[in-house]
Amino acid sequence: MADVKPRIRLDKKDAKKGDVIEVKTLVSHVMESGQRRDAAGALVPRKIINKFTVALNGKPLFEADLEPAISANPYMQFKFKAQESGTLVFTWIDDDGTKITAEEKITVS
Amino acid sequence: MMLQVSRRQALALGAGALAAAAGLPTAALAKNDADEIVKAFTGGKEPGKGKVKLDLPEIAENGNTVPMTVSVESPMTEQSHVTDILIVADQNPRGGVVRFRLSPLSGVAEANTRIRLAETQNVLALAKMNDGSVFMDTKLVKVTIGGCGG
Repeated sequence: MADVKPRIRLDKKDAKKGDVIEVKTLVSHVMESGQRRDAAGALVPRKIINKFTVALNGKPLFEADLEPAISANPYMQFKFKAQESGTLVFTWIDDDGTKITAEEKITVS
Repeated sequence: MMLQVSRRQALALGAGALAAAAGLPTAALAKNDADEIVKAFTGGKEPGKGKVKLDLPEIAENGNTVPMTVSVESPMTEQSHVTDILIVADQNPRGGVVRFRLSPLSGVAEANTRIRLAETQNVLALAKMNDGSVFMDTKLVKVTIGGCGG
């Protein structure tokens, strides 16, 4: 799953201190719930992204523990107040341990 | 003497039975582990009303992807901020939906995602503050086509 390219959109990358920045993220993933049966009637094993984290300059900014009740291609949107310039690191962690990461730079004046 | 049941009584009985069978969704009747999840989150405390706002459509045509927004009134400072937001659905195969973890760095307590709902049910949003108090909002969502691979 290393070839997955998550989509991230920030409503502004240059912000004044105190501005609220809205972040939208979308990543392709089946989010197999483990409740579904295939044509032969066997349960399709669970395979979901169970954790989504965002850190700014290494400090946790936003985290989510995902359950099978999150739709396929999980979309996450959140807001934060611009305090300092730096790099936002986005991480999605799969049940099997694979990580999808992405980075965005922001400038706060 | 035979017990006489009028047509009207019979209908009333039928309607009552139907309502019972449909399992009118109330928090007390959660069919999954929602109650336990909520209890573990609140530590047995009764959540307060207000502060939390859960936005979901009244009728979801497709239970596979239901847009959900949750926001909490909070200054989000070191002294007073939201630490956790828990979303629980009481008629899904499993109760837990998502848990957001926030910090004063977040600055704004708001998140949006898309969730799966297996059938018509109550969705609960609980927010825990850094002082340990818990607030709750609930929303009944009518689901036309259920998600979770039915």
